[in-house]
Amino acid sequence: MENNKIHTVVISGLGQTSVGEHWDISLRELAFFAIEKALVNNRGGYPQALYLANMLAPALSHQSHLATMVADFSGLRGIEATTIEASGASGGMAFRQGYMAVASGLVDSVIVAGVEKLTEQTSVNVNSAFATNTDSEYEADHGLTPTSQAALLMKRYIYEYDVPDFAFSGFPVVAHANGASNKNAMFQRAIKPESYQRAGFVSEPLNMFDVAPYADGAAAVILTRAELVADLPEIPTVSVSGSSAVIDTLALHDRQNPIVFNAAKESIAKVYAQSGLGHSDIDLFELFDAYSIFGALSLEAAGFSEAGKGWELAQDGRINLDGEIPISTFGGLKARGYPGGATGVYQIVEAATQLMGLAEENQVKGAKNALVQSLGGPASTAVTHILSQIER
Amino acid sequence: MSEKITLLKPENPVGIVGYGSYVPRYRLPASEISRIWTDGMGGLPIEEKSVAGPDEDVTTMSIEAARNSLKRAGISPQDIRAVWVGSESHPYAVKPTSTIVAEAIGAVPSTQAADWEFACKAGTEAMVAAMGLVGSGMARYALAIGMDIAQGRPGDPLEYTAAAGGAAFLIGPGEEALAIIEASYSFVTDTPDFWRRAYQKYPEHGHRFTGEPSYFKHITEAGQAMMDATDTKPEDYAYCVFHQPNTKFPQRVGKMLGFNAEQIKTGLLVPKIGNTYSGSAIIGLTAILDEAKLGDNILMVSYGSGAGSDAMVLSVTDNISGKSEKATTTQQYIERRTEIDYATYARLRGKLVKK
Amino acid sequence: MDIPRHWRLRKQRYGLVGEVCEHCDSKVFPPRDICPDCGEEAKTLFSFSGKGEVYSHSTVYDAPKGFDESTPYTIAMVKLEEGPLVTAQLTDLQEKEVKIGMPVEMVTRKLREAGDERSMIVYGYKFRPVMSH
Repeated sequence: MENNKIHTVVISGLGQTSVGEHWDISLRELAFFAIEKALVNNRGGYPQALYLANMLAPALSHQSHLATMVADFSGLRGIEATTIEASGASGGMAFRQGYMAVASGLVDSVIVAGVEKLTEQTSVNVNSAFATNTDSEYEADHGLTPTSQAALLMKRYIYEYDVPDFAFSGFPVVAHANGASNKNAMFQRAIKPESYQRAGFVSEPLNMFDVAPYADGAAAVILTRAELVADLPEIPTVSVSGSSAVIDTLALHDRQNPIVFNAAKESIAKVYAQSGLGHSDIDLFELFDAYSIFGALSLEAAGFSEAGKGWELAQDGRINLDGEIPISTFGGLKARGYPGGATGVYQIVEAATQLMGLAEENQVKGAKNALVQSLGGPASTAVTHILSQIER
Repeated sequence: MSEKITLLKPENPVGIVGYGSYVPRYRLPASEISRIWTDGMGGLPIEEKSVAGPDEDVTTMSIEAARNSLKRAGISPQDIRAVWVGSESHPYAVKPTSTIVAEAIGAVPSTQAADWEFACKAGTEAMVAAMGLVGSGMARYALAIGMDIAQGRPGDPLEYTAAAGGAAFLIGPGEEALAIIEASYSFVTDTPDFWRRAYQKYPEHGHRFTGEPSYFKHITEAGQAMMDATDTKPEDYAYCVFHQPNTKFPQRVGKMLGFNAEQIKTGLLVPKIGNTYSGSAIIGLTAILDEAKLGDNILMVSYGSGAGSDAMVLSVTDNISGKSEKATTTQQYIERRTEIDYATYARLRGKLVKK
Repeated sequence: MDIPRHWRLRKQRYGLVGEVCEHCDSKVFPPRDICPDCGEEAKTLFSFSGKGEVYSHSTVYDAPKGFDESTPYTIAMVKLEEGPLVTAQLTDLQEKEVKIGMPVEMVTRKLREAGDERSMIVYGYKFRPVMSH
């Protein structure tokens, strides 16, 4: 992509709700709360379009035509609105649609929001809905669930790379440490490595700390063409310096080598090419740790580690906030929670908060460039963005 | 019997060109049932019975037995003109088991397909019909299956023996047969010794009435008539096999017909797998075919409540050699064994009330 | 009740019928009409032997509808001897510790232990430890 033909896009507003069990808040209200916050602190133009990320509302909330409902309820009547679904990557994909719309010059400003309520139904129904994200005829019909699929990946990974017991503990330990100081996180308590070692299996070898909790949440970001946003003296402006989406096979069994996240790898190569940035420029990585094995495979796909060594990076503080490549800086999916299609928007909100220097206790010092990646399925879809501070 | 015995004897010679059995891997010892229901008191009718896994039914077991029969026959499934499944536990009340089996083994679409029911002799009934279809020259091959996951009410004497398993026979022209079926003879009366009414989960039975006027009467009449009509005597047979609801009945009926323990032994599977109902006599026949040699004669007499017996005389040909190794043998299935307790059995067979 | 969807898949489900690529001889399962190896058209039907080995495996305790009465069950990826990987349940495992690389063979079983006794029964492939004969 040639950058000189497209407009620079900046983030002009951010909003999020806490992640958790919002029993008394409906889907539309939850979305509205995040949108309202983003509109209140928006310093760009009034959004002309809503790109709404959601993954399971038709199954779990009996609601399709969702973006229209949310725009209507949020008082955004008369604007363009559409729902974007790409499984767990829905949030990242909606952000990319918003980015493309503004970058193209067709609109000046858009709001990208994500909303999901995963507590509306009992767990059997939630499991059934999540299973529709796999290849329904050749995976889900055989009893596969996304969680057991992650277990298959982890089992094979451990086998091929001869990984020691409890090798993945670094991911949940770091996520929970970072979530402890995020007031929007579902879990705000650090865990000890010993807790990981004592945890019961969810789907062997995956234990309860290897699996991100399904939750409710909504987040929103307003994107505006750069020249329409006034700089603030005290807060850096954040731009989108790279955006890409790549798909792999939907079914895991259709891959030559299932324990490599190829789509994740290729989409990162594309954002590096677009932004002119590389590994050494990245100050933090919001990766998609729906399962700790995804954390390892994502670090490997991004080139921060060689194949089979991603778990090692999670040891000895190397992915901590002050480590060589901080990840899940507000707790990631594991501690902040996994609100389905809203997750990718949370990742963007969190990365932008870091680059604006507003992350408080979770601040990665001197962060200028953030890599953000959302995955649908086992990287069947990978959407990657680089957010950067604009140099003044 | 005053009237002349009329054997069913095909125009053209027919026989078994391939056979296969199936026994699921779980075993429930009779002592385990006795532990639950009688404090372990009283005699036990068998040692243990086979129990199907949670993902098994008459369809899946029939498919495996049919695949085994095809491996032994070495014919194309497209040459099969009938797929007939006899059972009293068809998974659907309406919708044939046989079409699913035919589809799975690749015999569709140019084939007859139907399900048969005659208590425990639906399998042999299907075999007799297949003899007719092949013997008349209408079809080259017909597949007859007898398979059951037998039901027994918890605590009922039937529960000790009601088991899962059965066999499949590819009936074909005599020249290809590993055993010629010389003839069949059926003895049928209205004798209400055992039944299951529509929409009922478990069968009812007449206790001791199931013995002398039912089982023994029909098997001895059919067996004796067959020997008379074919001018054979017990000593002409290397093997005999009867419907086997428990260990004693087939031994006693064999003795009544003049057979000795040696002739009965090979086909007597009930102590180790229980009563497989429609599969009971015929799975015994597969165990015999697994070890039979050229020239061996076999007498099989089934029994189905309600009531009737099909007697068949088979003579083994030289096509038998090498056949048993071509698929899993019946003894190999019996040796593959996982013992379970009553609680596991209750869960596997859906006897836990969840709604 | 998803009747047509299950009915359409009966050849694949009962007999592991996939495809073979006429151009590079790659065997394809599930069928996808375009060869994943060479990208050419692959529409010739091919019946797989059903023999393979365990590529990876795990156990499901928390299942979706239709499977929730069958837990715990073993889910696996099986590497078929002709090449492709397939996702399926393992069955008849008692006393056999599942291991990666364990030889398995296809059997036809009920895929769903449907809680609803009124619905259709879905049959399809599972794999079990190879039986000797």
